[in-house]
Amino acid sequence: MSILILAEHDGKHIKQSTRQAVTAAGAWQLPVHVLVTGSNSAVLAKEASEIAGVAKVLHADAAHFEHPLAEDVAALLVQLGADYKVILSAHTAFSKSVLPRVAALLDVAMISDAVSITAPATYVRPIYAGNVLSTVESSDAIQVVTIRATSFAAAANGANAEVTAVNAPVSAGLSRWIKEDKTVSDRPELSSARVVVSGGRSLAERFNELLEPLAHRFGGALGATRAAVDAGFAPNDIQVGQTGTIVAPELYFAIGISGAMQHLAGMKDSKIIVAINHDPDAPIFQHADYGLVANLFDAVPELTAALSK
Amino acid sequence: MEWDHNMKVLVAVKHVVDYNIKPRVKQDGSDVDIAGVKMGINPFDEIAVEEAVRLKERGIATEVVAVTIGKANSQDTLRHALAMGADRVVLVETDADLQPLGVAKLLKAVVEREQPRLIILGKQAIDDDLGQTGQMLAALINAGQGTFASVIEVKGDEIEVTREIDGGTDVVALKLPAVVTTDLRLNEPRFIKLPAMMMAKKKPIDNIKAADLGIDIAPRLKQLKVADPEPRKPGIKVANVAELVENLRLAEVL
Repeated sequence: MSILILAEHDGKHIKQSTRQAVTAAGAWQLPVHVLVTGSNSAVLAKEASEIAGVAKVLHADAAHFEHPLAEDVAALLVQLGADYKVILSAHTAFSKSVLPRVAALLDVAMISDAVSITAPATYVRPIYAGNVLSTVESSDAIQVVTIRATSFAAAANGANAEVTAVNAPVSAGLSRWIKEDKTVSDRPELSSARVVVSGGRSLAERFNELLEPLAHRFGGALGATRAAVDAGFAPNDIQVGQTGTIVAPELYFAIGISGAMQHLAGMKDSKIIVAINHDPDAPIFQHADYGLVANLFDAVPELTAALSK
Repeated sequence: MEWDHNMKVLVAVKHVVDYNIKPRVKQDGSDVDIAGVKMGINPFDEIAVEEAVRLKERGIATEVVAVTIGKANSQDTLRHALAMGADRVVLVETDADLQPLGVAKLLKAVVEREQPRLIILGKQAIDDDLGQTGQMLAALINAGQGTFASVIEVKGDEIEVTREIDGGTDVVALKLPAVVTTDLRLNEPRFIKLPAMMMAKKKPIDNIKAADLGIDIAPRLKQLKVADPEPRKPGIKVANVAELVENLRLAEVL
């Protein structure tokens, strides 16, 4: 029996979260197969075949996978899945849509957002917005699992696995893709950036002006609180928190962020947390490695300047 | 209005620990202690009810039915849905330990009974944070799914759903009947006024015993223990930017 990982890509490259899923799969010590879906995607299948730890790549190349729909990818996984012990992926918007569908069609439970795995079937996962860790054991013959990518290191290259073409079932026609609107940015992806610079609502219209140069200094990603997003100072897709993106970078700047439970749930596993806030009683200081009580509009440009020397 | 046939909307809601409450782990580590804790409607499901009621107010939906599955006290969450404007509510009552697959199977039975054109659920419950039920239900009834919706628009026999995905949004069209799960930005639920709450208390609740449906809802996952996450080691306050930079240098993260 083997493990099947549903790969994710942006059309150009396999996402880092897929490499993190490959590392997570190591818990079972079973052969790891990776399913790559796409259209004209041979390059992506090749890229997946080079990830250390991958024994085989299943490549489903079909016109209707140019924009893979959850209904169609789930149908493919169900067709393949009966031969596998584990169907695994990172807890991304894509896999969160696909894997529950697969689990229901296979009549098995799903384990979402596992932060640790003990083979063959025990998992630790956060509940109540990360305020509690629950250890669960599954009794099903096939384990369907998403992992929290930031809890696992990314597997590097170092394999030359065989690539096998698999036929995808025709589209069920339950849904059709119309368009997408993705933020074009030369910054790294928020969920996998080494440094994240996040701001709260108090930065107001000066959100970008203050944070961009600091993020630029590190080649880091920008993040924001839900309040900053709701107030229109930052775009929705950079929201860090329980209901947004979960991050665990090496260095996290919380600038003008009070430290609401919702936000903490999305960043408290960062390696080093720096908090800058004018309010000395802000709860964020209880979670920060380095706290600076200061006026943001002075301290942030000063910090950027000091680091750029 | 080009819409001329029945457009019943079914909304599935969950009764959960209030989002303001910090959960406590039981002394024996067996579970979270929810005895006597304030409960309420799952916030994502409240958004689902709001969207359904707005569809009715705009003349698109013909009826809004809210359903919950759980213990008798889940009635409070159904009353909340009624006060927001749901026309009817259904309680599928059980004291069993519920997990998404079992819930999706019970919801499928309700869907077969009610025959809705659209089913709306929250994208996840804020207690177990699993985020599976909507997709599982869609699979079991062989319907299309629009997860993490921030905008929905009914267009003839389809619904267009703008979805919040990693790095932006996308738009998919689903054939009706379809399942939609709500994200935060879909709407802001209305404030419930006292008279609406009083009215809701007088309305009947359709009570179905889950056991009578003859569906296997036995849990597949066994919770072995729960624990508080490890606390971070306490940090330090720095006096100024220079001291901060010095510390970051020492931590070797620059």
